[in-house]
Amino acid sequence: MKGTPKHVIVAGGGVAGMEAAGSLAEMGYRVTLVEKGEDPGGHLLQWHALFPDRRPADEVRSYLRKRIVHHNISIITRTTVEKIKYHPGGTVSVNLSGGTDEKADAVIVATGFQLFDAHRKEEYGYGIYDNVITSADLEGMFNRGRVAKADNSVPARIGLIHCVGSRDEKVNNNHCSKVCCVTAVKQAIEIREMLPSCEIFCFYMDMRMYGPYYEELYRESQEIHNVNFIRGKVSEASVNINNRLVIKVEDTLAGRPLKMELDIMVLMVGMEMEEAGAKLAEASGFKRGINRFLETGDHHYGNNLSGVRGVFYAGTCTAPMNITDTISHARAAVAETVRYLDGR
Amino acid sequence: MSLNQANKFGFVINPSRLIDYDSSDRKVRDYVTLREPSFKLCFACGGCTAACTAGQHTSFNLRRMITYIRRGEIEPLRDEVTRCMLCGKCLLVCPRGVNTRNVVAVTAEAISKLDRNEL
Amino acid sequence: MNSEFFITPFNLGLYFILIYSVVRSTVWFRNLSRSDKLRLQRGFFGRPFMDSLREIFMESLLHRKIFRKNPVLGYMHMSLAFGWFLLIVFGTIEADFFGEKHLNPPSHAIFFRWFNPEHGAEGFARIYNVWMDLLLAFILSGLLLAVIKRFIPGMVGMKKRTRHTWTDRVALISLWLIFPSRLFAESFTCGAHGSGSFLTGNLGAALASFLPAAEIAPWFWWLYSLSLGIFFLLLPVSRYFHIPIELFLIFMRNSGINTGDRSSSYTEVQTHACSSCGVCISVCQMSYAAGINDIQSVYFIKGLRNDRDIAAITANCLMCGRCEEVCPVGIELGPMRLIERRQGEREDGTLRLAGKYSLMRKRSSIEKIPTQSYGYLVREEPQKADVLFFAGCMTHLTPSVIVAMKKIMESAGVKYRFMDEKGGVCCGRPLMLAGRDREARELINHNSDIIWKSGAQILVTSCPICYKVFRESYYLDATVMHHSEFINLLIEEGSLRLGYLHKKVVYHDPCELGRGSGIYDEPRAVISYVAELQQASQERNMSLCCGGSLGNLTLSSDKRALIAADAARTLTMSCPDELITACPLCKKTFVQSTKTKVSDIAELVAAALPRPAVKAVKKRATRAAVKATGNS
Repeated sequence: MKGTPKHVIVAGGGVAGMEAAGSLAEMGYRVTLVEKGEDPGGHLLQWHALFPDRRPADEVRSYLRKRIVHHNISIITRTTVEKIKYHPGGTVSVNLSGGTDEKADAVIVATGFQLFDAHRKEEYGYGIYDNVITSADLEGMFNRGRVAKADNSVPARIGLIHCVGSRDEKVNNNHCSKVCCVTAVKQAIEIREMLPSCEIFCFYMDMRMYGPYYEELYRESQEIHNVNFIRGKVSEASVNINNRLVIKVEDTLAGRPLKMELDIMVLMVGMEMEEAGAKLAEASGFKRGINRFLETGDHHYGNNLSGVRGVFYAGTCTAPMNITDTISHARAAVAETVRYLDGR
Repeated sequence: MSLNQANKFGFVINPSRLIDYDSSDRKVRDYVTLREPSFKLCFACGGCTAACTAGQHTSFNLRRMITYIRRGEIEPLRDEVTRCMLCGKCLLVCPRGVNTRNVVAVTAEAISKLDRNEL
Repeated sequence: MNSEFFITPFNLGLYFILIYSVVRSTVWFRNLSRSDKLRLQRGFFGRPFMDSLREIFMESLLHRKIFRKNPVLGYMHMSLAFGWFLLIVFGTIEADFFGEKHLNPPSHAIFFRWFNPEHGAEGFARIYNVWMDLLLAFILSGLLLAVIKRFIPGMVGMKKRTRHTWTDRVALISLWLIFPSRLFAESFTCGAHGSGSFLTGNLGAALASFLPAAEIAPWFWWLYSLSLGIFFLLLPVSRYFHIPIELFLIFMRNSGINTGDRSSSYTEVQTHACSSCGVCISVCQMSYAAGINDIQSVYFIKGLRNDRDIAAITANCLMCGRCEEVCPVGIELGPMRLIERRQGEREDGTLRLAGKYSLMRKRSSIEKIPTQSYGYLVREEPQKADVLFFAGCMTHLTPSVIVAMKKIMESAGVKYRFMDEKGGVCCGRPLMLAGRDREARELINHNSDIIWKSGAQILVTSCPICYKVFRESYYLDATVMHHSEFINLLIEEGSLRLGYLHKKVVYHDPCELGRGSGIYDEPRAVISYVAELQQASQERNMSLCCGGSLGNLTLSSDKRALIAADAARTLTMSCPDELITACPLCKKTFVQSTKTKVSDIAELVAAALPRPAVKAVKKRATRAAVKATGNS
């Protein structure tokens, strides 16, 4: 590459954004990484360990952190990208929150996902009952090194509810978030390791172990960790006189309704289009799918293309995906961006 | 070995044990599907049965009922279908937006038509 | 051509409709229940008769209600109805006063000008002629509007127009022809004889100046008589039958007859009293929000009248009751639809009353559905309580409502039992809405038994669906209260200490609580006590349905979503902090379709409770509450 380096703005400093920024910088492009939070890192910042091998999340975090330490990368935090516009001649203008504008030769949108707000599934009692938590809350407990009830007592039985906010027409999400099943299995094992006497039940509709070593993890959870699996969607939760949660579910394999007391109920919250990303899409005229994620140019061979010149998509702003796929997708976005910049 | 051969050699499979999909009568399924197309959407999560008001008191299982209808097994639900209270709680739970109350109503209708040879 | 033969069509039509009316009303009367017959007889000699006369004058002639809604449409109806009425009255007086003899047959009044072509040349008769012309002009102005309405509905402020049958169309044309033909008939006659006033006289003179008026006149008199005759003959099979039938309806209603829960003469009278005006279409959310345009009350009634297979129409209705609120004739559309849904319950599958008289039975025989049976329910022995709380099936899916109610009752020191804490038995209302009353009875008996045995004096429920059926179809000693009423009572008697939330909220009247049970003020009082209540554009008796209604068995979830989205948009127009409702079903439905926070009224009140829950014992207050309501 000769002359002044071309400038690429990456919107979003999560896994996809960091990987994309790192790759571009490495190749000599000038990159501005725009992150809405305090630090880049995205959802990974909250996570304790990762499936399928349960390696510490920190390992991936430090890989990504190193990736964006480069003289070609400037990072703007506490800022969101509000609008992206392509101008004939090749400049892409980007409006940032706070009123500043940036000019670039290309933009990679990596605004990511947000976790489903479990309050919206009122029948599960999140925010109503103390011991109903989300999978993200549980990761927080793992980080603090202690899984306990709200009154600080040790739970004897924990239920993990799959598909909360996914595959559910009632919350306008028909899509599958893909990673919750394996996350549940991973978290079930982690709880068992921390609290060997705690019974674990996963309430699932389908076990979607789609990635390498996921099915093996599922098998391990049964074989070594005695995790129980009940096929049925929990319809509602209440609290009994002993202040224990009571859930209602059908054990569909036994064909009968089942009632169970739990000490902690973990809601495996799914992935939704991130709100700032949705606003950006709205303002910039990006197409969105019926699942509300960004609609890519082609599902098979163009899933980094935005339909707007000079704008490319990376990561979970296009669909739910795991970290492995997100990193691959980000690299593919970089490849598409470079091809576009070189071809101009 | 085909079923016929099996019979010849004295191995008789009790017909009530298996869902004989090839000879089962799926008229009820077709009728229900036509009258309430959302019937097709059920993915058997059991949310309806978990929430079911009647199901707490008696054997009424909408999820199983739908499966039976799909397989052409009508006898097991003949009695069960009359136990629903139509309260509609399942309607608020169903993640697939199946119009559950109408599935029950139309199934009852279909069975009575079947009995009158009108299906 | 002085033959009077042309009056025959008119006479035929008139005597036909008179005899028909007498026969029909006799049949209706005979088919009334004993008590309704008694009501009618008593009404005839009492106040109801006078009330009816007044109502007939105000509504059937002046069309006051329509006038208020839409002055142009009101004028159109008034000029036709009241104008025609005046024309008949003054025509009869004219014939009686100026005619050859007193007590003439009606035709003499109607065709007065033909019989007295020279009449009205001078004196009082001359002034009277001006009056008669004025009346004719009045009617014709209304007719002009009617023609405009037919072809350009928007010009008279109509959004939707109903579809008409062929008999309706022929009747319509004959109705339209009546007054223009009278105008020309009178004008030609006047033209030939040099008589008539400002309208007929001038027009007659003008026409006679270039046309052989005397020869043409009889043709128009024929047309006049024919159009009258055809109109009368078609009256019973056209939508215009509503004109005479409405008089019956008004009298029956004023005598205290109502639809009840069984098909009767009254339902049939209501069927015929519908004018197919289509107001029910324009307020129907199924129409304007979900694009379903063939199930509205006007089509339901039309199907009923013409004995068609209307099972699908009958089932596909939210039962929200908005149409009933605006029906200018006051037809009890909700109860009528429920009766029709109940037809499925009948074992013999007999057709409706109307079916017995119609020549062609187009309806298919009614489905015989296996009856639901709840013999499996086990009788319970409840614990005694003053206040019994019944959350309802749906409320178990909105636990925040239950938690809020518990907090409120504990804070107020109410001693209560939670009747369906572990899940109860359905109240029976959903079955009733599906037309299965007999089966609902079983559930009603089961729950009644528990409520009686508990000895409760107040039954509080969080579900308006349960509330309605508890109040209307349960025989209970306890006072039934929706939780909004109960909270209001607790506030009024001072047993609930509440802070003020600095929030702007808008309140949604749930159908079964508002229109269904008339509870509008208590929820508003409660809300205003703890927050700032904003007005909604559609509220109280015109409140919208959330779309989640159990009244509709067949509506798909995507259509429901359209209705919910539209209703939520309308309600949150003023950008409130929260959308407050008082029904778990409404809450669940709205949560799906708006970004505004949706809360139940109980949650709002619970949020206004003092933070560290003061568990002051206020047993005395509760006892007072029990006494205050328990005695009623």
